[in-house]
Amino acid sequence: MRTIIFLIKKEFLQIFRDKFIGKAIFGIPIVQMLILVPAITFEIKSARLCIIDNDMTAESRGLISKLEGSPFFSIVQATSSGKEANDLLYGNKTDLVLHIPQEFGRDLGLGKSAKVMASVNAINAMTAQLSWAYLSGVIRDYNIDIIVSANPAAAAMMASPSITYRYWYNEMLNYKHYMLPGILVILVMAIGFILAGLNMVREKEIGTIEQINVTPVKKYQFVTAKMVPFLVIGLIDLAIGLGIGKLLFDIPFEGSLFLLFLCSAFFLVAALGMALFLSTMSGTQQQFMFMAFFFMIIFILMSGIFTPLESMPVWAQKIDLLNPVAYLMRIYRMIMLKGSAYADIERDIFALVAIAVVFTALAINRYRKTA
Amino acid sequence: MSKAIESSGICKTFGDRQALKDIIFDVNEGEIFGFIGPDGAGKTTLFRIISTLMLPDRGSMTILGLDSTKGYRKLRENIGYMPGSFSLYLDLSVEENLNFYASVFGTTVEENYELIRDIYSHIEPFRKRLAGRLSGGMKQKLALSCALIHKPRLLVLDEPTTGVDTVSRTEFWEMLRKLKQHDITIVISTPYVDEAMNCDRVALIQDGKLMSVDKPQNIRDGFSRKLFSARAGDKYRLLLALRNYPATLSVFPFGDSIHVTFSEETPGRELSEHLLRAGIADAVISETKAGIEDRFLELMEKNE
Repeated sequence: MRTIIFLIKKEFLQIFRDKFIGKAIFGIPIVQMLILVPAITFEIKSARLCIIDNDMTAESRGLISKLEGSPFFSIVQATSSGKEANDLLYGNKTDLVLHIPQEFGRDLGLGKSAKVMASVNAINAMTAQLSWAYLSGVIRDYNIDIIVSANPAAAAMMASPSITYRYWYNEMLNYKHYMLPGILVILVMAIGFILAGLNMVREKEIGTIEQINVTPVKKYQFVTAKMVPFLVIGLIDLAIGLGIGKLLFDIPFEGSLFLLFLCSAFFLVAALGMALFLSTMSGTQQQFMFMAFFFMIIFILMSGIFTPLESMPVWAQKIDLLNPVAYLMRIYRMIMLKGSAYADIERDIFALVAIAVVFTALAINRYRKTA
Repeated sequence: MSKAIESSGICKTFGDRQALKDIIFDVNEGEIFGFIGPDGAGKTTLFRIISTLMLPDRGSMTILGLDSTKGYRKLRENIGYMPGSFSLYLDLSVEENLNFYASVFGTTVEENYELIRDIYSHIEPFRKRLAGRLSGGMKQKLALSCALIHKPRLLVLDEPTTGVDTVSRTEFWEMLRKLKQHDITIVISTPYVDEAMNCDRVALIQDGKLMSVDKPQNIRDGFSRKLFSARAGDKYRLLLALRNYPATLSVFPFGDSIHVTFSEETPGRELSEHLLRAGIADAVISETKAGIEDRFLELMEKNE
């Protein structure tokens, strides 16, 4: 035990002796929170719309003014030429083109169903879907207006059943509240995954590990001493991140702070175990960075930070069983937004503990004192 | 006399290269035992095996009465190892390094200060300096202090004098001789043949084979021929001329002279005529006493 304490003291001494790393480990989380939380959002504030009005009737103008009235659409151009509109779409001057055909007003007057056509730039599928949904919403509204004005009695029929929404756990669908826990996870991940592993590989590169290997220091003592400092730093960074979230972004925090930190500690041990395991397989810091980067990208993109896990193929969900980031992502959102207690996230916690135990054991086992 | 190390038939292969071939030697307790050989001879591999960092493919080694592969835990408490390249923490200070190594061996600097005083006192004025900022000689002293801080019974020094200036080298050997008083067995390797005379016994090693294990004086006296030292103003021309001489057996530049052996008993007129023809008039050739270098070169030639 005394040996471990001496080893840990040495690690802390080295971490803070490095002037850059010593500051960066506390500076980076602050910068990361300040930039990423406000920057990453799925909300679409506006879409550019081009309208081809071949009808030029009161009805078509009615639809256009309805669209003009929507804060979501900014109308780039109204034209009667389909070619001109297509050019705008090709030239990325507009996101949507709405084509109102000649028969639009006439058909509506005759009480027949009228058709419009929309073309959406789907380079970004997410933007395309959202702006299409907005557009069809406006058209639906317009539809109801016409029916009501033509036949007031129908209004009562149209009105029911009406659906009202309530978004639970994030009532305003505030993306900051959704993203912030995710960004906290990435922050904790970076500390746990990169620094300890690099530290270990550096001892190999410089050769100091040779000198340690001839001492009676045991394998588990050495590996533990590499983990503890970064576990502590990771938790401090989490506290800083949470503080910023609370002060600047007014993040809701429904659950238990203790539970959140406990889960984070389990996660950090899991990430540190994986990183140290990787480090036993790399001879240089370059090799380690390359492998760590590869795994980090996979872990983060498959963690459910941007896309729901449920929409991934089944095989990918199976792979995700080994992804500690996915568990922590779910745990953070559950605790922070929903206020989940231990019983709700028991399975995720067990999984994290299992990953932590297995990889730490592998790291200790793979670290050879004798070649 | 009891043995500190007994090695029998150690072999080690890397891929298809045999780094150590059937290494047999023993080291007496309390002696300074030197391994002398060129780069790539297998010295470091052998030292890593002695330090329990590597397992031999075949053969066994008994160190301080313990089997090196089975008793390594106990052995590590009694071995001080100084690897060939400086491998202390460059970002820790002199003092921090020393304290750290003392603490991982479960001891303190104060407890064994007596042992390292002569060595550490040289660098103590710089104890707050980072190890990375020390000069080569100081680094070497710090490394030796760290290897000694737990009062090991066996000190394993892998090429400690490589890349160190002559003054520091002499100083270093001085320190090792003082350590003998503390009953510490020292195993040391070096590529410099002239350092052999500082050892109690030496082993010459080449291509993973031990060529000779003996007292340095005995090795030196094993030189089998008459050795001559040749000098001339134009040393290079003299070297070429001696090489061309039919009765020459071996020619090696040695400091400012050339060491040469002949197949004839004493070179006579024919040699001076040969040298004159080669345009060397000022050649002085005299018999000289063979050094350990001469013997080593002779052994190397035989080995090839």
